[in-house]
Amino acid sequence: MALRAMLVSIVESLGDFRIVEAANGFEALRLLPRERVDLIFTDINMPDINGLELISYLRNNPNYQSIPVVIISTEGSQSDIEKGRMLGANDYIVKPFESSDLENIIAKYLGDRQG
Amino acid sequence: MTDNNPLMNKSVRDFLAEAEEIVEHLGSELADLADSADSGDINPDLLNSIFRGAHSLKGLAGMFGFTGISELSHNMENLLDWLRLGKLKLDTAVIAVLLESHDVLLSLVRSLSEGDAGGYDGKVAACVSRINACLGKPSLDAPQASPLDVLGLSEQVLKSLTEYEEHRLLENLSRGKNIYSVHATLDLATFDQELARISDAIKTCGEIISTLPSMSSNLETNIDFDILAGSDLAFEEFSQATRHDNVTLTLLRGGTQPPAPPAPAVPDTARPVPESPESPESAETPAPPAVQATAPDSSAAGTPLPSAKSISRTVRVDIGKLDELMNIVGELVLAHSSIAALAERLRRDRFSQLAVELGKSAKVLERKLTDLQKGVMDIRMIPVGQLYEKMSRIVRTISREQGKKVELLFYGADTELDKLIVEDISDPMMHIIRNAIDHGIESPEKRLAAGKNEKGVIKISSYQKGNHVVIEVEDDGGGIDVEKVKARAFQKGFVQDPNAVSDKEALEFIFLPGFSTTDQVSEVSGRGVGMDVVRNNIAAISGMVDIETTPGLGTRFIITLPITLAIIKSLIISCAGRTYALPVTSVLESLILTGADLKTVERREVTQLRETTLPLLRLEEFLCLNRPTERPAEFYAVVVGVAEKRLGIVVDELLGQQDIVIKSLGEGLRRFPGIAGAADLGDQRTILVLDVGGIINDTMRSGS
Repeated sequence: MALRAMLVSIVESLGDFRIVEAANGFEALRLLPRERVDLIFTDINMPDINGLELISYLRNNPNYQSIPVVIISTEGSQSDIEKGRMLGANDYIVKPFESSDLENIIAKYLGDRQG
Repeated sequence: MTDNNPLMNKSVRDFLAEAEEIVEHLGSELADLADSADSGDINPDLLNSIFRGAHSLKGLAGMFGFTGISELSHNMENLLDWLRLGKLKLDTAVIAVLLESHDVLLSLVRSLSEGDAGGYDGKVAACVSRINACLGKPSLDAPQASPLDVLGLSEQVLKSLTEYEEHRLLENLSRGKNIYSVHATLDLATFDQELARISDAIKTCGEIISTLPSMSSNLETNIDFDILAGSDLAFEEFSQATRHDNVTLTLLRGGTQPPAPPAPAVPDTARPVPESPESPESAETPAPPAVQATAPDSSAAGTPLPSAKSISRTVRVDIGKLDELMNIVGELVLAHSSIAALAERLRRDRFSQLAVELGKSAKVLERKLTDLQKGVMDIRMIPVGQLYEKMSRIVRTISREQGKKVELLFYGADTELDKLIVEDISDPMMHIIRNAIDHGIESPEKRLAAGKNEKGVIKISSYQKGNHVVIEVEDDGGGIDVEKVKARAFQKGFVQDPNAVSDKEALEFIFLPGFSTTDQVSEVSGRGVGMDVVRNNIAAISGMVDIETTPGLGTRFIITLPITLAIIKSLIISCAGRTYALPVTSVLESLILTGADLKTVERREVTQLRETTLPLLRLEEFLCLNRPTERPAEFYAVVVGVAEKRLGIVVDELLGQQDIVIKSLGEGLRRFPGIAGAADLGDQRTILVLDVGGIINDTMRSGS
């Protein structure tokens, strides 16, 4: 949870973005139809559905297919990250990450929308 | 084991004896397996144990060049591996092949030990081809299929399993659970409550392995989920337990032995085909494997789908690689120490934000290094239980040879030790156990006469004690006759006056080279290895061995071992201008002393430590150092102890604690008593590491 708060505060500091938080996979699934989302960050290990399952769902649903997804994971879960990439995640960052990592990601995927 | 062929050398005879034992054991286990296959309830552990038996037989036979045994056991191992991984169903035909192969193995081993090896090639070849027929392919390198393939899971589901979920799935499979796919179509607005209800229902009778959301036919209002669950319940019961309006249930795979009659009925009638109504979207649907889902029933399992995916969750690594890794970790730890020292100096020098931050970063690095160190250490750890199996074989062989009845009891098989230590302790333990059966446990007649159960008991227990692991080998035999030991020591000239020796000291004589109390050397214990070798071998891995004995009741050998040899915390001390390291694991406490605290008892320096008298050892005398300056007025005694022994090592100064990696001094200096090796201090200084066990042994021996 602390990580999510940190992520939010860093992203907020990087530009004028609207951030929607979901505490777990289910919440994300519930939020998605109601929001217009441009970029998704997800952890792999979540209590209900895992990040891979979320990515799999997103990539198979025409409504969400094209939203970039970035995995946030811990070092050492390389094989899970690899699976995420195979399922169609666009990028990943490894905890503990620097604000510059996020800056790069945001520039890469939201570059034209920044500010 | 027969001795009527003088040409056969001893190691080959030993091999054949062991092979016979493994094959006999395989036989009884195979019989159990056949029974359980009849009843339909196969114990995965039993199957695994048979697999391991075939595996070790193959290894042994290969080493001794017995190609027939090795080839047959290799093929049995393959077959058992497929059975174990659920790639092949254990039916009567497979059982018959296994039993026949076992018969051939047994007669092959027996005739080999009688010196006659001919005439088996044809039988072996016949068995091998029957095994290969079971495996479906005569090729030796059959493609390795994932056990998960039998589930016919869709690519999408497989890809979305995290490592842990995959492990759980394999675990459930290996435990022979039924694996169900629960497909739910839920309202987007309320799906989480609904799903929670379904999940709770499943959890009452099984385990949820994964929950994969998938697109519903109406993706604006609904969302679908595919839940993978493992359960003991059969299809009907499981569907009762998880009854829900919007749920369809599919049995992906029955347990290893699904009850024969209902099995064909369930898939055809009760099992709904979940995805087919949604065929318009099936290209998009992540789980459309209606065809695959029905395919992997038991009949199809014999021809598994080839897959490049590896099955095993374990990796075999040469311990040398781990040593190397450990060395690097050790050097990293040292590199960190010097960074930390720099940060500290910088901070003291002139307080600056930069110095504080450097200090913080060094702390983070330290934590991560500790994790890394622990991680590498963990990889090296194996349960002591692996030794136990070996010991039980030995006990059976020896007790049979000796005509004694022995029951072996094991405790603490989960206790973990460094792999290298486990390997090195195996021989000394074997010898201690041989001794216990040979000299300890009495014959059945003697035991009955003494009012004991005719079956002797040898208890092997291991447990962790601080930074050490203790392994005890205890027998309930006659105990050691201390008077006989004393007399023998006198006769051998180890002692001038046997009456001046305490019982405890007398037991130490057993560990001296050339000591043996039995008048005639028995075939078992008297194989040229004495207890001195046992003690030396244990000391070589920084361990200690102690004996306790009670006449008429038995003897206990207590082996105290360090958990690992790789990285140790050490106390850095200085004496006569030189610096040494002492492993902290053997340091109990340290005392500040002045000349007034010293007393002399029987020409030895001692000091009073609470209620006991602590013998002291001046390190400079032990190491024959020249002291360039006067001895300081105040000095330290480092109280060290291994097992029950205590000694105060007198040094000038304590310089602090540090992690060190002990490096060997090489063959030339290996036998130097009291030195365990050398270590790098991280500031370009190399110091010697003292071997506390060696120092204590040396001092106690020369002192008595």
